[in-house]
Amino acid sequence: MPNINDILIMLPEFYLVAAACLLLLLDAFMKPTQRPMLHWISIIVLLVAMYLVIVGQPPQTVTAFDGMFVRDNVSEILKVFALGTTAMLMVYSRPYLIDRKLLIGEFYTLMLFAVIGIMLLVSAGNLVTIYLGLELLSLSSYALVALNRDARLPSEAAIKYFVLGALASGMLLYGMSMVYGASGMGGTPSLDLAQLHHVMAYTTAPTLLVFGMIFMLVGIGFKLGAAPFHMWIPDVYQGAPTPVTAFIASGSKLAAFGMAWRLLDGGMGDLSPHWQLMLAVLAVISLAIGNLVAIVQTNLKRMLAYSTISHMGYLLLGLSAAGPEGYAAAMFYAICYALMGLAAFGVMLALSRVGFECEEIADLKGLNQKSPWFAFLMLLAMFSLAGVPPLVGFWAKALVLEAAIHANMLWLALVGVVFAIIGLYYYLHVIKVMYFDKPEEGSVLVVQQDKPLRVVLSLNALLLLALGLYWGPLLDWCRHAFGL
Amino acid sequence: MFNHLLSLLIWLPVVGAIPVLLAGTARPNLARWLSMLVAVLTFVASLFLLQQYNAATGGLQLTESYMWIASWGVHYGLAVDGISVALIAMTTFVGILVIAGAWEVIQDKPHQYMAAMLMLEGLLIGVFCATDALLFYALFEAILIPMFILIGIWGGPRRVYATLKFFIYTFFGSVFMLIALLYLYQKVGTFDMATLAALPLTMKEQTWIFFAFLIAFAIKVPMVPVHTWLPDAHVEAPTGGSVVLAAVMLKVGTYGMLRFILPIVPDAGAHYAWLVIVLSLIAIVYIGYVALVQEDMKKLVAYSSVAHMGFVTLGIFVAFMLVRDSGNVAMAGLAMQGAMVQMISHGFISGAMFTCIGVLYDRMHTRSIKDYGGVINVMPWFGFFYVLFAMANCGLPGTSGFVGEFMVILASFSANPWIALFAAFTLIIGAAYTLWLVKRVLWGDITNSHVAEMKEINGRETFVLASFAFAVLALGIWPQPLVHLMNSSVSQLVQQLAIHKI
Repeated sequence: MPNINDILIMLPEFYLVAAACLLLLLDAFMKPTQRPMLHWISIIVLLVAMYLVIVGQPPQTVTAFDGMFVRDNVSEILKVFALGTTAMLMVYSRPYLIDRKLLIGEFYTLMLFAVIGIMLLVSAGNLVTIYLGLELLSLSSYALVALNRDARLPSEAAIKYFVLGALASGMLLYGMSMVYGASGMGGTPSLDLAQLHHVMAYTTAPTLLVFGMIFMLVGIGFKLGAAPFHMWIPDVYQGAPTPVTAFIASGSKLAAFGMAWRLLDGGMGDLSPHWQLMLAVLAVISLAIGNLVAIVQTNLKRMLAYSTISHMGYLLLGLSAAGPEGYAAAMFYAICYALMGLAAFGVMLALSRVGFECEEIADLKGLNQKSPWFAFLMLLAMFSLAGVPPLVGFWAKALVLEAAIHANMLWLALVGVVFAIIGLYYYLHVIKVMYFDKPEEGSVLVVQQDKPLRVVLSLNALLLLALGLYWGPLLDWCRHAFGL
Repeated sequence: MFNHLLSLLIWLPVVGAIPVLLAGTARPNLARWLSMLVAVLTFVASLFLLQQYNAATGGLQLTESYMWIASWGVHYGLAVDGISVALIAMTTFVGILVIAGAWEVIQDKPHQYMAAMLMLEGLLIGVFCATDALLFYALFEAILIPMFILIGIWGGPRRVYATLKFFIYTFFGSVFMLIALLYLYQKVGTFDMATLAALPLTMKEQTWIFFAFLIAFAIKVPMVPVHTWLPDAHVEAPTGGSVVLAAVMLKVGTYGMLRFILPIVPDAGAHYAWLVIVLSLIAIVYIGYVALVQEDMKKLVAYSSVAHMGFVTLGIFVAFMLVRDSGNVAMAGLAMQGAMVQMISHGFISGAMFTCIGVLYDRMHTRSIKDYGGVINVMPWFGFFYVLFAMANCGLPGTSGFVGEFMVILASFSANPWIALFAAFTLIIGAAYTLWLVKRVLWGDITNSHVAEMKEINGRETFVLASFAFAVLALGIWPQPLVHLMNSSVSQLVQQLAIHKI
């Protein structure tokens, strides 16, 4: 029987569900002139949720609803960063949404529901909770991509996202059913991740279990956007409205990491010798495809999409190490990537205005002449993504490489650095366009004057530098979460 | 008071760059004077460093060590020995001169130029005093960022190609070093360079790590055959960029060899010393010939830099050979000492040569040798300095160029006369390409009307060139203080060579 304690453990989630529903009602009963209020209300809602997560942090791991929901350090950290990045993202999006008349209740409620999905996903203690969280996040994301429903490109992207996403969900579910079946052969069937951890030891159908694992890996690969399950990423990144792209690149990636870790280490920990090499292969393919294809992109969003694929390759490097060190490195990577992606998309949002989408790399030409500060922020984001010290992206890479070497996969680390060199080119290209090219004749590159956007975006990008100079605390949190 | 002198030296220019940036386009003169102030203060701080450093005892001094990232055992560790002190003093000296050199020349966004220069200076000083391998690596990579910007914004027509090539090439080398460092970290759980130096390694491990280090540093030096980024970067870089690149940045490569290859993988270093010696000789002889045929002045000096840096790598690895094969510690010390003197001397000479070319370029906007001729007729003072630096570049006794090369050749003779024979070729080839350059640019009649209109160097340019000339002559006539400064550190390095780590 659920008791009050269960509800207290899940308080941030319950609160957020209630707030999202209230927001929906509020939106329906608001006068159109009052709509912009929704923006600030949602940000406050997110910040309060963040507060609830932080103050309610249990001293040790607790579970609710018979282990369906786990609240541990990993989930706490991921939730805080998911809520934080989403709140920052909302600040960045306001001028963009106003300019495109998209500042509507749907955006905010869908965003909140997606965040609830993330929170469930990273706290899942059961296959059902994983699926629940995943679908909540995915369905909200599909709708968000199609937010600008009259435009052709977003609709196309949403359909692609939905069809491929549904397929991947199907795979995941199929895999889950096999694992469930395998757990019932020779023991009591279970969906609980903690129990599934030991299925390999007693099941009479180990092949079925491994098969189930492979299907689940496909689902994880899709959610992360790791090659060869990356097909949706470029189109969705390019087609979606930039705020939504930024969300998929930041909060959603944290969720993907959380889900991957829950399933791999939690549910299939005993199978790690099996999935370790598979993840390594996924990592290599992602690094290769992401970095090589990004070079030829002219659209910045598409380029960042391929860059995401390569970054997921690095994240997988950490995961494939299959140990607390590797998980901590991968989580560090996921958090840093969320912050870097957010900064890069933030600058694009700051440069877009009525009738002008900043999304081609050429759109940034001569940015240093027009606005040295924003060029500098983008420079920080790009060098961080490229992994050049002293930006935090370098340390994130060093950590996952170290994890790979630690797990006796020196070859994987070497592949990782070789592709880091290749990847360097396209990030430098963006900097080249901003700093070395002259602005085009008649180009009117203006930066949004929105104060909150400027301040938060500046802090976001400078955080990449600050974390690069002192990354100890963040690393310690990540390591502590995995018991190191 | 001097407890944090090294931190001050690093952070003063880096933090000082911020007000320079804030001065903005609107107040270019404020930006110039501010950056000059920062550069001078840094130089003064480096004078304090010279005074504080006890050359007689040698070893690492003025140590600062703080835990930076506890869970990874990374320290913010700084310390200097005699070699670092000399390099830091040279860096701050050149730092003033490049800022003075760019004064009116850089009209486009001078505040960004000056700020990038200052940041570069601070990071380079950091490289020279880091005692933690990961800190060293981070700084080693971070210097690419300001240099990338400097070449890219203020460079010549093919600047984008050159700067991308420079960045990617250098990055390519250093990532393997990162892997090597992470591997070493696996073994000892720290990045402290002294601990890494004491770590026993099998020959197989040493070989792999040696090549990882070698590729990182060989690209930076640069050694043949990975030198091809240098001519491009030099040709396209603005004058100040070329000066810092040649004078200081190349030394980071050889300095890295001293700090990483020598102590961490001495056995592999000794085993493959022949390889580095052969590559150095190729640099000295073959690249000398390549320099001879250049039609672009900057390219010529760039190739001559490669040849001169060949002496530094030659000296370091001949020392290996001398210690390991014949146990001749005294001669090994001479080779090492020569390499160090050559590093410092080349810093001043190449910096001066690039400044001279910058002076010509500012007047004529061409670097092609054939566009000049008879410059001495219109710019006698400039001609005086140019000839002086050219003589130093050929290694004329009395200039700093002679001291280091002579020591290296002398030492290599006792290792193997053939090495000395090839190394001594430089005296002929170096003289050939440098004097021929002088002949075509300075001497003779005025070849065209543009040359006739050239103006004599102004006070600022005279100051810069005279400062370089002072350094070149001082080191040439009286190298004793420099040798004394580095002596005990060099002998400690040589003693390390003899230690087997297997």
